[in-house]
Amino acid sequence: MTSPAGQFAIRTDGLTKRFGSQLAVNDVDLRVPPGAVFGFLGPNGSGKTTTIRLLLGLASATSGEIEVLGSRMPGDLGSVLPEVGALVEGPGFYPYLSGAANLHRLDTADRHATSTTRHARVTTALHRVGLSHATGKKVKAYSLGMKQRLAIAGALLSPRRLLVLDEPTNGLDPQGTREVRSLIRSLAAEGTTVFVSSHLLAEIEQICTDAAVMSAGRLVAQGTISELRGVGGARVRLESPDRDAACTVLARFGMTVAEPGPDGREIFASFGVSEPDPDTVVSALVAAEVRVRGFAVERPSLEQRFVDLTGEGFDVAQ
Amino acid sequence: MSPSDLSPASRTVLRAQSALGVPLLASEISVLFRRRRTWAMLATLALIPLLIALAVRLTSSRPPSGHGPAFLDQVSQNGLFVSFVALLVSVPLFLPLTVGVVAGDTIAGEASAGTLRYLLIAPAGRLRLLVVKYLATALFCLAATLTVTIAGALVGAALFPIGPVTLLSGDTIPVGDSIVRALLIAAYITVSLLGLSAIGLFISTMTDVPVGAMATTIVLSVVSQVLDSLPQLAWLQPWLFSHYWLGFADLLRQPPSWDSFATNALLQAGYLAVFGTLAFGRFTTKDILS
Repeated sequence: MTSPAGQFAIRTDGLTKRFGSQLAVNDVDLRVPPGAVFGFLGPNGSGKTTTIRLLLGLASATSGEIEVLGSRMPGDLGSVLPEVGALVEGPGFYPYLSGAANLHRLDTADRHATSTTRHARVTTALHRVGLSHATGKKVKAYSLGMKQRLAIAGALLSPRRLLVLDEPTNGLDPQGTREVRSLIRSLAAEGTTVFVSSHLLAEIEQICTDAAVMSAGRLVAQGTISELRGVGGARVRLESPDRDAACTVLARFGMTVAEPGPDGREIFASFGVSEPDPDTVVSALVAAEVRVRGFAVERPSLEQRFVDLTGEGFDVAQ
Repeated sequence: MSPSDLSPASRTVLRAQSALGVPLLASEISVLFRRRRTWAMLATLALIPLLIALAVRLTSSRPPSGHGPAFLDQVSQNGLFVSFVALLVSVPLFLPLTVGVVAGDTIAGEASAGTLRYLLIAPAGRLRLLVVKYLATALFCLAATLTVTIAGALVGAALFPIGPVTLLSGDTIPVGDSIVRALLIAAYITVSLLGLSAIGLFISTMTDVPVGAMATTIVLSVVSQVLDSLPQLAWLQPWLFSHYWLGFADLLRQPPSWDSFATNALLQAGYLAVFGTLAFGRFTTKDILS
């Protein structure tokens, strides 16, 4: 990256947005490193889209500071935004115009876009998202997935240093989701920083280098993917009827045994400071005449970590 | 053609045009006139002179002078009067109706389609977008007025004899001059609608529901005309944006009197200044949550 060390593609300090009495975004300090594919996670209603609106100057922050590509927002909006491609809260198009005409229209709004290259850039962008066959079709005849692709094409009309993609795989079939993932990978390989929000963790986990988790307007975790995954730590799952004997053995390895579950057959224990070799643990258990019916070392998936941070269920955090 | 094929001078021109928003204005106009709704409204406006001409043609008895819209009794002698009658009939309702639809749709329509956020991210610039929207609405005012005028002249020429026009001052002017007068009246009415356009633009920045903005704008144009008809409000009437809407008769004198044209233009400019400022104040500070 050309950016000097210590400079972030996106940096916010104490970013807060209040709607009436509700804090939609509450004291958020984002740090998006340049060149990262940054997953911005959180359940519906956790303040992701509002944060994105603040980053792009669509809404003004109640308090806090924003820096995008090293420039202050929304003060330097005019010079920052031409280098940012964005997809915000679903596609928005004129249904009575064709896909290509919509992109032409969008491009004329960019003061820095050259009119002589417009046609070529629109064609390239449409090709890149796999819409070459539907350029002349009116957008009202597009499926949701096609509109979503068209919106991504709109973000790619000019070379960008930063792409902000809000739920880019919404409405896409599995095939389309895979294509978007590989598109994001190829953009990242060109050096573009990609900031991608989602409430579906699985589709982000595979492509992101970094992530942040929002819950009820607050940033509850942020870091590289391995950092986020590691925080929870691994644990042992042991199936055995001899609970007391097993606990004694596990405690010798410095493990903490969790309270028994309802059926009492499964024993969960978290590792202490060191992580002993599973073979050693099992042979020690067997030597102590503990009947081992099942033994596994489980590492929490990012999804489990995500649920731990944001809570489970359909209730939108208030 | 790649940018390197252009001379540095033409590249500078292109960049300057881009900075001023010329491509965006061109795109705005093309989007406006590629909409079926726009053409439907213009076609409806073109029907007004047609209906008037057919009504006059199909009734054998000549309407008594002084009844019905002004100039109606002249239509059967001279087809050119169809334009004048049609304009007179469209000014109070039909033209404000179509202008209300276009002006009310400017910002609220983009907001409801979800395109507003993408235009602003592009970034179009909020002031630039407002100016472009207003200019396109003004162009629609001109197109609407010209549609009535030209359709009137064509229908009149097809159904009635065409000849020199007798003006309100008693003078007679040749056909060529009378077409110029008709275009002057079209210009007068276009200017008349500019204040309403600014009001519609402002209302459009207040909501994400285009139909609400359209209806409010149209209702305001009716309210203004109702207030203008109450004698008790004589003190207020010179300030109503619709006060001079029907004042184009002065352009049918020989020589044409420009007083009402100037007064009207000044009043409309005042409305543009006030509501343009309000729209700017509202739109540049608004959170775009659509």
